[in-house]
Amino acid sequence: MLDTAKTRWHPIAASYDLPFRHVFHGQLLGREFAVWRADDGYINVWENRCLHRGVRLSIGINDGRELKCQYHGWRYSNRTAGCTYIPAHPADAPARTITNRTFAAVERYGLVWSAEEPQGEVPELPGFAEGELLTLRGIAVNAPADAVAARLRSYRFQPTGQIDGSDAKVTVEAANDFSVALRAVEGSSTTLAVFFVQPVDSNRSVIRGVLEGRAEGAVRMAVLHHHNDRLSKLRDVVEREAVARPAPAPLEPVIERVSPELAEMPEETKHGRKATIRVEVARKWQAADGIAGFELRPIRGLLPTFQPGAHIDVHMPNGLIRQYSITNGPGESESYVIGVKLEKESKGGSICMHETLRQGDVLAISEPRNNFPLRRDAVKTIFIAGGIGITPLIAMAQALHNQNLAFDLHYFAQNEAQLAFPEKTSGLGGALKPHLGLTPEATGAKLREILANYQPGRHLYLCGPGPMLEAARNVATEAGWPEAAVHFEYFKNTNKIDDSSSFEVALARSCVTLKVPAGRTILDVMREAGVDMPSSCEQGACGTCLATVIEGEPDHQDVYLNDAERKSGTKIMTCVSRAKSARLVLDL
Amino acid sequence: MSKAALCSDRVLLNDWHVVADLTNLSSDEPFHTRLLGADLTIHSRGRYDKEVVRNDTGTLVKSTKRYGFLWACLGKPERDIVFVPEAEEGDRHLVTGGSIAVRVSGLRAVENFLDMGHFPFVHTGWLGDEPHTEVAPYKVELTAADELVATECQFYQPVASPTAKEGFIVDYVYKVIRPYTVALYKSNPVQKHRLDVITLFVQPVDEDNCVAHPFLCYLKEGIDEAGIRSFMQLIFAQDKPILENQVPKRLPLDPRAETPIRADAVAVLYRRWLRDKSVTYGAIPARM
Repeated sequence: MLDTAKTRWHPIAASYDLPFRHVFHGQLLGREFAVWRADDGYINVWENRCLHRGVRLSIGINDGRELKCQYHGWRYSNRTAGCTYIPAHPADAPARTITNRTFAAVERYGLVWSAEEPQGEVPELPGFAEGELLTLRGIAVNAPADAVAARLRSYRFQPTGQIDGSDAKVTVEAANDFSVALRAVEGSSTTLAVFFVQPVDSNRSVIRGVLEGRAEGAVRMAVLHHHNDRLSKLRDVVEREAVARPAPAPLEPVIERVSPELAEMPEETKHGRKATIRVEVARKWQAADGIAGFELRPIRGLLPTFQPGAHIDVHMPNGLIRQYSITNGPGESESYVIGVKLEKESKGGSICMHETLRQGDVLAISEPRNNFPLRRDAVKTIFIAGGIGITPLIAMAQALHNQNLAFDLHYFAQNEAQLAFPEKTSGLGGALKPHLGLTPEATGAKLREILANYQPGRHLYLCGPGPMLEAARNVATEAGWPEAAVHFEYFKNTNKIDDSSSFEVALARSCVTLKVPAGRTILDVMREAGVDMPSSCEQGACGTCLATVIEGEPDHQDVYLNDAERKSGTKIMTCVSRAKSARLVLDL
Repeated sequence: MSKAALCSDRVLLNDWHVVADLTNLSSDEPFHTRLLGADLTIHSRGRYDKEVVRNDTGTLVKSTKRYGFLWACLGKPERDIVFVPEAEEGDRHLVTGGSIAVRVSGLRAVENFLDMGHFPFVHTGWLGDEPHTEVAPYKVELTAADELVATECQFYQPVASPTAKEGFIVDYVYKVIRPYTVALYKSNPVQKHRLDVITLFVQPVDEDNCVAHPFLCYLKEGIDEAGIRSFMQLIFAQDKPILENQVPKRLPLDPRAETPIRADAVAVLYRRWLRDKSVTYGAIPARM
């Protein structure tokens, strides 16, 4: 009988067993469950053990979104039961396959239903409307489920309308191994009751009863008392009978093994992007429409000194690495504040930052790197920001403002709600010049107006979406801005990278010559040979992996170098660019 | 306690195990305990002589006293009781930390003793504190003496010991000496170049139960025995409910039973070491 029981739905808890942020210890056919309701209402029924060391998750912490194991703080996500964070290794993303076993869950008739291998649907109770019924308190019985169900057929009770009476006639309307439907009638009062027997183990059960019709106040209490009392008496009888028989052996549920790759201890990741700093998300807030602000505080010690324009690599819980500019003004060294725009076509980076990361989480970040330095010897500095491109420029503008240096901060955005970090920009006074809701044409016209009248000693800093940067750079060139005065930072390299060439790279100072085959990058090949090279975005946008070319002709594929630098042939971004000549000699 | 399976692992039967803290033995009343599934009764003959008798056979079990504990060996002792050199140093308190019964396999208790990752979560405010959760890489090796040694273990601890006044990064060395015996060496907060030593003698009561007998060799400076003992009991009381909620109670030796991470390097080696020694008592053997 218990074999077929695996495929049936059984109640494993009452709805009232899952109050706010509680974890309920359930059991069915010998298998334990950690049952918890997330703040979004979703009911999770999980194998009751952490995959790491087998500690029961029913003693874990339900934070409303994740379940945190008490032993080592591993976090498992609502719904998926995937491990999202392993505190012992804050820089590493947990393997996506570290996922706890989940079981089906349905909430109906004031009960939570589950099954090991469910077939079909939760039993239909005709005439029982949600909200028009009374769920009785579960009564645990130390006896096999079929013995309990058999005894329940002769259960006697009063209909709800005649709860104080004593003459009710009770008839069995339906019955099987795990449930009994009984109708009590006295006078004009009639109540249908359905009792489900939850097979906890081979010799343990819980009687879960549901009555038709709602009862309120004193009547409800009287009805609950009535059934509690009578079911407790029934329990005593069943348990006496069960003790007289030899107890069946406890069921031993099979705990699935973890996948072979998880059984091996993972090696330390050896990528060259180092995330040596641990920070805590001290604050997360909406910095503007679609933009989340994050304040990152060091877990110990002080954060390294940063300069305006610097960015950090953020190693996200999902394993992705993204670059974000530090928006801090000068001297604001207690924490880093970054802004992250939720990208419509996010590949997982901005979604993770927006949806997964929360206040209190620990993140691994790199040291700040500054590949977008700010000159402070300009007569006047023009900043042009498009959307989230404001972030490095906010840091720069605050630096200049602090030194009473002349600047304008032109901030292009769709509308006022999209202007990020108003608490920072408002301190800049009249230097902040928002341009809202402009069409591409109008943007072009505005750029021409801003960039007209180039005068020596001016410097231009651009950051924003690719098309806008292209437009602004062209306008600046047309308006006579020399290349050396135009500084820019792309979010990403949208060029299609052609890595079909193969060539040789000689590292002059290291005295090695390496072959770079098609499909691999100079950076990769150098690292493999043990030549350490810092890198960050690894897509030719951030400028971290810049190398000096001594000989040979680079094949530039980045968006970091400006045209003059490209033409000089003396610099190369080793993460994406290659060689047009058969051989390249680098000063490394 | 229900009838327990008897042990057939030679390496355990022919070894010495602690069966009682001598301070717990009364000269009037016999003391009942269990070792490797065999029920034992300890009788006091006069004030000093103790006799250990097996309940099932009525035979006398080899026993001896050391470090404040009564030791027993069910078989033929193949080696001496673990030698603790620090117990010979005159400037140390030698303290038994109280015998703590835990409803879990003793092998799980040993593994927990080797674990740093749980400090911020289980010993919050004492041996660890969030967000200082990172377990830095450390070294583990099997020595020529067939002991497992983990070195260069470091962890930030707010109150690392009874005498610690502030949080500091504590250096640990762990040593697994026998299957059910493990020691840790940690920097003394006063004399930072010297190490306090805690040796945990775990009595394998049966496969699912153990009694942990900590033996502490702490430098005397600035601390009394009661302080050492109460700190040990505070810490162990925090571990006990976690250990008793480990499922299954026995330690699985199958590499695919649980999910190790780099911080568990010493535990991974410990499980492998147990497999190599054919220790099965208190373990779930690896599937082939």
